[in-house]
Amino acid sequence: MLPTRRRWLVATGLLAPTGLWLGVFLIAPLALVVQFSFATRDTGVARAVLPWTTRAYLTALDPAFLPIFGRTLAYAAATTALCLLLGFPLAWFIARHGGRYRTVLLAAVLVPFWSSYLARIYAWKALLDGDGLVNRLLGVVGLDRDGGFLLTHGAVVLGLTYGFLPFMVLPLYVACERFDHRQVEASYDLGHGRASTFLRIVLPGVYPGVLAGSLLVLVPAAGDFVTPRLLGGVDQSTFGSVIDDQFRGGNNWPLGSAMAVLLLVLVAVVLVLRGRRGEDVL
Amino acid sequence: MNGRRVLAGVAGLVFAFLYAPILWLALVSFNESRSLSRITGFSARWYAELFEDDRVLESLGLTLRLAGASALISTVIGTLAAFGLRRAFPGRGLWTVLLSLPLVVPEVVLGVALLGFCVKLAGIPLGFGALLAAHVAFSLSFVVVVVRARVAGMDARLEEAAADLGAGPLVAFRTVTLPLVAPAVAAGAAFAFLLSFDDVVTSSYLTGVGSTTLPVFVYAQASKRGVSPEIVALSTLMVAVSATLLIAGVVIASRRARASTFVGAIRDQ
Repeated sequence: MLPTRRRWLVATGLLAPTGLWLGVFLIAPLALVVQFSFATRDTGVARAVLPWTTRAYLTALDPAFLPIFGRTLAYAAATTALCLLLGFPLAWFIARHGGRYRTVLLAAVLVPFWSSYLARIYAWKALLDGDGLVNRLLGVVGLDRDGGFLLTHGAVVLGLTYGFLPFMVLPLYVACERFDHRQVEASYDLGHGRASTFLRIVLPGVYPGVLAGSLLVLVPAAGDFVTPRLLGGVDQSTFGSVIDDQFRGGNNWPLGSAMAVLLLVLVAVVLVLRGRRGEDVL
Repeated sequence: MNGRRVLAGVAGLVFAFLYAPILWLALVSFNESRSLSRITGFSARWYAELFEDDRVLESLGLTLRLAGASALISTVIGTLAAFGLRRAFPGRGLWTVLLSLPLVVPEVVLGVALLGFCVKLAGIPLGFGALLAAHVAFSLSFVVVVVRARVAGMDARLEEAAADLGAGPLVAFRTVTLPLVAPAVAAGAAFAFLLSFDDVVTSSYLTGVGSTTLPVFVYAQASKRGVSPEIVALSTLMVAVSATLLIAGVVIASRRARASTFVGAIRDQ
C-alpha cells in the first residue's frame, strides 16, 4: 500500500466518528432548515409543506425587519469591540507576566462561568437596577440615572460582553503566548515608539488570535436572544429572537428557517472576509 | 516598569468585571428576602430550600448526567479526530472546515434545525437523546481545537524513541503519547462539560416532557417571576466547587513541582 493512501486511511478512520456525528446531527438538520425555508407555512402538525416557493424570503427581507437586523449587527459589533478592548490587555498580561501562574490565571477567567448563565444575567439585572448597587454607587458622585441602567442598549452590550468574554480571551492568549516578544524590543531599539510598535509589530503578530476571538464572539452575540430579552427594553427584538418567535409554538417555520439561512449567510460572508489568516488559532 | 503596572491594573479591572456579579450572587444567596438587588438580612434558608426542591434536584440530576455523557462522547471522538488531523493527508482542509462549522453556527439556528430534524425527519423523541445529539455536536469542535493544539506542539521524537526501545504502537500510545496529551484532553472534557451544563438556547428547543434540563427550567421560571434565590444559591455552590477544584489543582501541582525539584537537588548532589 502506498504511504499516502495508508495515511489517508488512518486519518479518515480516526475522523470518521466525529464526521458521522456532525453529518447526522449538524449538516442534515441544517440542510433541512434550507428546505423548510423554501416551503409553505402549514398551521397544522406538518408546519412546513412543499411546493417550493420563495415567499418566506420575501417576507424576511421586508423593510419592516430592517431595524431589527441593524440592531442585531450593532449589538454584535459593539460586543466584539468591547471584548477586544477588555480581552487583549488581560490575555497579554497573562501570557507575558503570568509566569508560573499562567494556567491558574487562565482558569480563573473561566471560574465565574460555572454559575448558571441566567443567574449571571440576573445578577447584572440586579446590579444595574434603579436601586441596584451600580446606580447607588454612582449616586454618591451624582452620576446616577433615574430608573438605573437596565433596559438600555448599554445594558444589553454589557451583558453580551460579559457572557462571551472568555471566547475572546482564550484564542487571544494563545496568540499572545506564541508571539515572540524580542520583536518588540527590536522595534524599540530601531527607534519606534509605543504606538507605532503596537500597530506595526504586536497587532500583526497576534492578528490570528484577534480574528479567531472576534469570530467566536461575533457569531453567538448575533444569534443570542436571551440576554437582549432580559436586559433590554421593550423594543429589543433581535435576529435570534425573531427566529425564536417563528419556531416557538410553531408560529411560522418557513419564515424562521429563511431567517436562520440569512443569518448563516451573514456568518459565511464574515468567514470569507476573514480569509485564511485566523485558521491556525481557531 | 510603568507600562507593566498599568497593564496589571487593567487586567485587575477586567478580573473585577468578571467576578463582580459572582460575588454579588454569593452575597444575595444569603439574603433574607427574595430580592436580588437589596440585602435585608442574613439567612441560609435558600440553601435549605434548594435541597428540598425536588424539581430542581431532579433537573439538576438530568443536567449532570447529560453533561457527563456529552463530555465523555465528545472527548473520546474529538481526541481521535485531533489525532486524525495530526499529519497532512488529502482532504484535511475539508475536515478542518467541517470541524469549525459548529463554532460558527449560532445556537438558535442549531436548536431550530435539530428540532425540525428530530420532529419531522428522524422521528427522535425530544428529550435526553435529542439533547445529547445537540450537546456533542457543539462541544466536539472545542475538544478538537484544544487537543489538536497540544498534539501539534508534541515532540514526535519521543514516540519514535519509544518505538526504538521496543514499544509496540499501543504501548507507546498508552505510556508516552497519552500522558503528553492528557492535560489537553482534561481541559477539553472540562470545556465540553461546562458548555453542556450551562446551555439554554439550543436545549430549550429539545427538552421533552419530564426531561427538562436545569438551565431550561430556570429560564422558563425566570421569564415568569425572575430567578429564584434557590438558583442563586446553587450557582454560588457551583462556583465555590469549581474555585476549590482550581485551588486544589494549583496546590497539588506546585507541591509536585517542589517535590520534583527536591528529588532533582538530591540527584545533583
